[in-house]
Amino acid sequence: MNAPLRRVAISVLVLFTLLIINVNVIQVVRSEALRDDNRNTRVLAETYDRERGSIIVDGTEIALSVPTDGRLTYLRTYPQGPLYAPVTGYHSLVYGNRYIEDVMDDVLSGDDDRLFVRRIADLFTGRDPAGGDVVLTLDPAVQAAAMAGLEGVTGAVVALDPRTGAILGMASTPTYDPGLVSGHDPEVIRENMELITGQDPDPRVNRAIEDNFPPGSLFKVIVAAAALEDGLTPDSVVPAPRELPLPGSSRVIPNFGGSACSPSGEQSLLDALTISCNTAFAQLGLDLGEERVREMAEAFGLDDEGLEIPLEVVPSTVGDIVDDAALAQTSIGQRDVRMTVVQAALVAATVANDGVQMKPYLVDELRAPDLSVLAETEPEALREPISAEVADQLTEMMVSVVAQGSGRAARLPGIEVAGKTGTAQVREGVPDHNWFMGFAPADDPEIAVAVFVANGGGTGGDVSAPIARDVMAAYFEGQD
Amino acid sequence: MPGPVTDPRGAAAATPTRRGTEAAMLAFAVVLTTAAQAIVDLTVTGSLRPEMAMFSAWITALWIVAHLAVRRWASYADPLLLPAVALLVGLGLTVIHRLDLAAEMSGNTASREDAPVQLIWATLGVALFVAVLVIVRDHRALSRFAYTLALLGIVLLALPAVLPASISEVNGAKIWIRVAGFSIQPGEFAKICLVVFFAAYLVDKRDVLALASKKVAGLELPRGRDLGPVLLAWILSILVLVFERDLGSSLLLFGIFVVMLYIATERASWLFIGLTLFAGGALIAYQIFGHVRARVDTWLDPFAYIDGAGYQLVQSLFGLGTGGLFGAGLGGGRPDQVPIAKSDFIAAAVGEELGLFGLVAVIVVYLILVERGLRTSLVVRDAFGKLLAAGLAFAVAWQVFVVLGGVTGLLPLTGLTTPFLAYGGSSLVANFVLVALLVRISDAARRPATPHTPAVRLGEAPTEVVTP
Repeated sequence: MNAPLRRVAISVLVLFTLLIINVNVIQVVRSEALRDDNRNTRVLAETYDRERGSIIVDGTEIALSVPTDGRLTYLRTYPQGPLYAPVTGYHSLVYGNRYIEDVMDDVLSGDDDRLFVRRIADLFTGRDPAGGDVVLTLDPAVQAAAMAGLEGVTGAVVALDPRTGAILGMASTPTYDPGLVSGHDPEVIRENMELITGQDPDPRVNRAIEDNFPPGSLFKVIVAAAALEDGLTPDSVVPAPRELPLPGSSRVIPNFGGSACSPSGEQSLLDALTISCNTAFAQLGLDLGEERVREMAEAFGLDDEGLEIPLEVVPSTVGDIVDDAALAQTSIGQRDVRMTVVQAALVAATVANDGVQMKPYLVDELRAPDLSVLAETEPEALREPISAEVADQLTEMMVSVVAQGSGRAARLPGIEVAGKTGTAQVREGVPDHNWFMGFAPADDPEIAVAVFVANGGGTGGDVSAPIARDVMAAYFEGQD
Repeated sequence: MPGPVTDPRGAAAATPTRRGTEAAMLAFAVVLTTAAQAIVDLTVTGSLRPEMAMFSAWITALWIVAHLAVRRWASYADPLLLPAVALLVGLGLTVIHRLDLAAEMSGNTASREDAPVQLIWATLGVALFVAVLVIVRDHRALSRFAYTLALLGIVLLALPAVLPASISEVNGAKIWIRVAGFSIQPGEFAKICLVVFFAAYLVDKRDVLALASKKVAGLELPRGRDLGPVLLAWILSILVLVFERDLGSSLLLFGIFVVMLYIATERASWLFIGLTLFAGGALIAYQIFGHVRARVDTWLDPFAYIDGAGYQLVQSLFGLGTGGLFGAGLGGGRPDQVPIAKSDFIAAAVGEELGLFGLVAVIVVYLILVERGLRTSLVVRDAFGKLLAAGLAFAVAWQVFVVLGGVTGLLPLTGLTTPFLAYGGSSLVANFVLVALLVRISDAARRPATPHTPAVRLGEAPTEVVTP
C-alpha cells in the first residue's frame, strides 16, 4: 500500500501548494485592489477609529468627531451644518470627502507628514492617534450675514480682508446639512444624498469657487483701471452717447433702460462709472484696444490658472475677443467674460489694498492634537495690477457709485463704502445675474465683498448691494 | 555469510523516543500562544487582562498533561503531531479571544465570550486524547468494533436529518443537535467512526476490490459486482447533501472513502470512478438544489452577490487583501467585519491580522501534521493501521483544503470547520480523538520490535529451524 500512500502524500502537498498560491494571489497580487475597493469599509472604518481633527471658526468647532457606542468609534458632526457647508463639505462613509474635509484630509485624519513624529510617539505611548485641527479664517458674523442675505436665492458671497487675503465669509446657496451624509448607516446616507442631489441647483456646489459667470458692469472697473493707468483721470471727459453702434454690425449697445448717460453725450470718467454708463465704457474699451483691456484683466488675475485657497477655484476668463464688436461687449462685462465670485472679491480687494492683490486663503493655521501650531498661513502678495495712485482714483470713483450712483443700497451709516454694481444679461428670456463688489471703510479698507445672485431679476444695485451692505455691517458690528 | 548479528534490544535502545523534542516544541507553542494573547490584549484594550495568568497556566497544564500521557502510554509516538495541534489550538484560542474583544469594543454586550468556552472544549479534548491513549492500547483492537462503529457513525450522521429543524438547523444546514445551550455537530464524530470502519472493511475486502475485469483506456476497471461499496458511500454522501444540506460533510466523507479505497487496492481506477460519480452527483445537485446552485454561483462571482450570499466571502477577501503580506497585526485589523469569523472564517481573520506569512505558516503547520500522519501510515507494519492512519491524516488534509479553499475563494463554500483552529466544541474534541489515534498508531510504527518476536529471520538463522 506504500506506493499509493506516497502518491497521496504528494497529492496533499499539491493541494496545499494550490492553497498557498491562491492565498498569495489574494494577499499579494490582488491585495491593493481589494484594500482600495470602495466597498471595503475597513480602511474607511479605520479613519472612523481615530479622532478626526476639528474644523474651527473663531474658537468654535464647526466640524468635529464625537465618540459613539457604535461599530465605528467616531461620528462626524456639523453643529451649524448648512451655514458652513460650502466650506467644510462633508466626510462621508459612502461618498468620501469634499471641500475642506477633502483638501485638508491629511491633517484632519492625522496622516499628514507634519504629524508623523507624533504618530510614532503614539505607537509607543499607547495614546490613541488623533488628527490635527484646521482653523479657518472665517468670521462667524460675516458668514451668517452672507448666508442670511442669500436666503431664498441662488448665489454666492465672498468677503475677505483686503490687507491679508484672509477670507472672512464664503457663502453659497442653496445649501444643505453635511451631517445628513456623514452618519454611519450607508443606507440612510444614500437616501439623504438622493434628497440633496435631487434638488436643482445642486446644493453641494459652492458657487463662489466652482462656477464663473458674466460679471456685467463689474468689469468696467478693470477697463477704468486700464484707462487710468494710461493717463486718464476720474475727471477726464469721455464720450457717452445714447447708444453705440457695434463696429461691423447693425446692432447697437444701448445704456441700461435705453436712457442717455448725459444730455451732452459725454461725461467724466467718474460720472460714467457712477451711473455705470455702457456706451462710455464700450467706447473706452474700443479706444484702449483689445490688448490693453486683456492685459489689465489678466493683471487682476483673469485667465490665470485657478487658485487654491486651498479649495480649488475655477479660473476666470476674458474669453475670445474676435472683433471690435466683441471688444465693446467685453468692456462692459458681457460676451465671453466670466468671473468667479472669488475673483470679483479680489478685484475689489486689490483696489482697496492700494493695488496690491493678496492671495486669498481660508486656512489660518493647522494645529496638532495637543493644540501646538503645525503651520500658520503667512499673507502673501499675489499681483500688483495697478499703482497705488490708480487704486486711489478707482476708490474715489467707487465711493461715488455707492454715495450717489447705482450702488446706493450699499451705504452704511458712518462708514464710507466703495463699490460697483453689475447686472449681467444671461440670454433672452432669462432673468439677469445681479452683482455687487465693494469694500469699506473706503479710506482704510478692512473688508472687501463680492455678492452674486444668479438670475436675481433686478439690478445689482437692488438685489446684491443690500446683501453686501449687511455683510459689511455684520463685520463692523463684530469689530466694536 | 551473515553479517554481525544485531541485538534487537540494542536497536530498541538506539531508537530515540523523541519525547524531549516534543516537550521543547510544546513549550514553544505555549510561549507563542501566551505572547499572542498578550499582544491581542495590549493592542485592543491597551492593558493585560487579569485572566491572562490563569489562561497561560491552564494552557500550559493542558499540554503538560497531554505530553505526560504520551510519555506514559505512547512513548515512541511521533514528536511533531502534538506540538502542531498545540500551536493550532493556541492560535485558534487567541483569534477567538481577539474576536470576543472586537464584539465587546463595538458595544455588542449580548454576545457571550467564546474563548473561555473554547478553552473548556480544549480541556475536554485533551481529556479524551488521554482517554483514547489509555483505553486503546493497540489500535488493531479497533478493527474488531468496525461494524459497531459503522452503525454508530451512520446514526450520528443521520441524527440531525431526522430531528426536527428547530433542534438541528443552523444557518440552513441540518447538521446540529442543540440541547440545553450546547450545540453538537455529530458529523465530526461520525467522520472518525466511519474512517475506522472504512479501514477495517477495506483491509478485509481489498483483495477482491483490487481484482480487475477489463482494461479501458489504460485503466483496469473493477468488476461490476464490486462497485457496491463505492456506490453505497456515494449514496450516503448524496443523502447527507440532500437531507442535511451539508455540502462539506458530503464532499469530505466521499473524498476520504475514495482515497482510502485507492490506497487499499492500489487501483487508480477507483479514483477515476469516484471522480466520475462525484462529478455526476455534483452536476445533478447543481441542477436540482437551489442552495447548491447559489453556493456555486456565489463562488464563481462573489462580488456580484456582495449584498447577499456573497457578502461573507467578499468580506473575507477584503480582509485578506487588506492584511497583505504582513497583516494588520494581532488586534490591528477588522476581522469582525466577516460574519461568523470565529468558526467558518477564522482563517480570514488569521490572514487579515497575521498577513500572508501568518496564513501560510498555519497552512504549513497543517501540512506538517498531515505529512507526519501519512509518514506514520508508511512506517506502521499492519495493514489496518496503515489504512487507518492514512484515512485520518487525509481526513484532516481534505477538510483543511476544502475549508481554506472555500474561505479564499478557491472552492465553493462549505460548512466545514477549520480543524483545531475554529470555534466549535464538537470539531475540536473530535479532532483531539483523531490525533490521539494517530499518536497511538505512530507509537506502534516507531516502537522497536518487542523481544518476543523472532530475533532473527528464519532464513538467516544459523541453524535450520524446523517449524511444526
